[in-house]
Amino acid sequence: MTHTLKDGGQVLNVGMLARVEGEGGMHIEIKDRKVVDVQLNIFEPPRFYEGFLRGRHYTEPPDITARICGICPVAYQSASTEAMEVICGVQTTDAIQTMRRLLYCGEWIESHALHIFMLHAPDFLGYDSVLEMAETHGDVVQMALRLKKCGNDLMDTVGGRAIHPVNVRVGGFYRMPALADLMALRPELERGLEDALAAVQLVSTFDFPDMEQDYTYVSLRHPDYYPLERGAEVVASSGVRFPVAEMPLHVEEFHVAHSNALHARFDGEPFFVGPLARYTLNFDQLSPRCQEAALSAGLTETCRNPFKSIIVRTVELAYAFEEALRIIDGWTDGHAPSVPTWPRAGEGVGASEAPRGTIWHRYRVNEAGIIEDAQIVPPTSQNQSSIEMDLRTAAEQWVDLDDHALTHRCEAAIRNYDPCISCATHFLDLRVKRS
Amino acid sequence: MTHHEHHHGPAAESAGGIEPASGPEPGAAREQAGAAEPGSGPEQGAVPEPALAEAAKPAPAPASAARPKLAVWKFASCDGCQLSLLNCEDELLSIAGAVHIAYFPEATRAVVEGPYDLSLVEGSITTPEDMRRIHEIRAQSGTLVTIGACATAGGIQALRNWADVDEFRSIVYAHPEYLSTLDTSTPIASHVDVDYELRGCPVDKRQLIEVLAAYLNGRKPRIPTYSVCVECKRKGNICVPVANGTPCLGPVTQAGCGALCPTYGRGCYGCFGPQDTTNTASLTTQLVELGMADADIVRVYRTFNAGAPEFEAAGNAVEAGGAR
Repeated sequence: MTHTLKDGGQVLNVGMLARVEGEGGMHIEIKDRKVVDVQLNIFEPPRFYEGFLRGRHYTEPPDITARICGICPVAYQSASTEAMEVICGVQTTDAIQTMRRLLYCGEWIESHALHIFMLHAPDFLGYDSVLEMAETHGDVVQMALRLKKCGNDLMDTVGGRAIHPVNVRVGGFYRMPALADLMALRPELERGLEDALAAVQLVSTFDFPDMEQDYTYVSLRHPDYYPLERGAEVVASSGVRFPVAEMPLHVEEFHVAHSNALHARFDGEPFFVGPLARYTLNFDQLSPRCQEAALSAGLTETCRNPFKSIIVRTVELAYAFEEALRIIDGWTDGHAPSVPTWPRAGEGVGASEAPRGTIWHRYRVNEAGIIEDAQIVPPTSQNQSSIEMDLRTAAEQWVDLDDHALTHRCEAAIRNYDPCISCATHFLDLRVKRS
Repeated sequence: MTHHEHHHGPAAESAGGIEPASGPEPGAAREQAGAAEPGSGPEQGAVPEPALAEAAKPAPAPASAARPKLAVWKFASCDGCQLSLLNCEDELLSIAGAVHIAYFPEATRAVVEGPYDLSLVEGSITTPEDMRRIHEIRAQSGTLVTIGACATAGGIQALRNWADVDEFRSIVYAHPEYLSTLDTSTPIASHVDVDYELRGCPVDKRQLIEVLAAYLNGRKPRIPTYSVCVECKRKGNICVPVANGTPCLGPVTQAGCGALCPTYGRGCYGCFGPQDTTNTASLTTQLVELGMADADIVRVYRTFNAGAPEFEAAGNAVEAGGAR
């Protein structure tokens, strides 16, 4: 809907950005073909998790913080359990960490499949939704639903439930899944791996806008694995690297008037977390098969075109299937589900790689195990400045497109991030003003 | 603490199971819907037949005919309950064939103007703007079904109802003055008439499909109102409080999850909210006998359904010193 203002300028109002999680808005102001203002307005109401976590017991954050997001609850469970284990001074076992990684593979598969096919692909194929796509791309939609179901089944089996898993606790799990139940998932996971590898080639045929951005990439890094349920350190494309515990020293959150989600800076600058950052900083840790799939899809070892995030996400989707199969094939029954924990006064940071980027939690707990302070920094918050930067670039680059086409391009630029606005505040309304 | 106005329907025994929710403002925003569904409102204190039963009026529409228009709305929440609809991987295309998905921003850019035959509402009311918006949605909706613990009990964010929201604001935000938010998080039924409440944090997708199927076939949803204990017995689970001394909200919590937590060897934490005829006083006594401190018992009642009247009262009673 286009409105002409009294001063002759134009406001284009799309109502709400669709196919994102949560509700937010967008304001772009153009004067004399120059972009003068860009704002990502997150007006999803705040839910105050950090406020009401104060006074709760140190064992509660895995269940409570999972409720920040229905799409990536495991990210919250992993980061909060790790932070609490740091505070308690306990070491979990390799088996527990491996099972956490398997659960997280389920979340990556479910969330990436949802985003790639149901939220993002319709932009490239010119549809409003995956349901419309079903009429002409029935096979793709059927495959997408199968892939997503694999992720949910894995979360059901390991976590007890696909949304807000019940089996996660500080110190590990309540119950280890039985090998037989995991093996039952194997045929579909194998099929999923083949489908995901084929999907890498499929999405690489999409028409990608020519746009490269000079981001500061930040990701977890682990010496042995592509980062997922945890990392050993944090690395940045600037060359900075440091232990996860020092995250609060490098990331500063701040509050702007136009968003209910806090913005953040990394060493004083805007930064980017998510699949592009993980991929570029950890390409060497991908499996040979996924590296090959990425390169044959036309990617290089670094990727700075945000629209190509859909290819990177699909490579990660294949990787999650491969990892799930690797873990199941190496699994044996009989591992203790958890290590005992007891409260200890202290402060700790836990971080993991949510499908949409690095998430970290910091807690301070007293000797009785009661939380005195909590800080939860989700990926969408950290990425807001990068999203605004991309929108500015997109609006400038495509300023001559008509309002409809420009709006569509800008929406797609936001969806590149798979922004989880529920997470960030814990709707997007796109407005382009031209004068 | 701030005690919010919460108007739940009477714990009505309706043949189909789940009690229809009632609204606090009789007749509010019901003109359109009321005209479409005579007798579906819960006014006059009568136990209404669930509106879903009447809603499909001229019988279930075949996919070829005009399909009922479905809208999915969101308030303060995590998106998990509407995600449950997209998680119906095996049924999604059939659902899309049976209803016309007219408004569902998480899934589609396409927006078809209202009115809508069926609205699914996720999330709780936490801002002045949302207090206004829910009335608009009610006016545009033939049948309005709330989905999940946020929409039916205020959700985890209802913990603000016991706190000073100004303090929360200043803990989380450097500029609290940028925010417009209420002191309370309240369920949808506290603001408008609701035809059906589907419980859960998150809702169970099989129950969600059952509600949609019931709507399409003009019958009441078959949703159990017995406690989680029944599900545990059916599964052959060992009773975790009896065998292990693990605190468990199962005896006072409505079934629906399949007794997940006890199956995993932990106590139920009450995702589906209070069961129909619940006895929280007795459970509180049990929790005391299991050795829980008052503060721990209060926290157990105050999680994802903290704002459900029975859990709210139980937690408040313990806080006031009534546990022992």
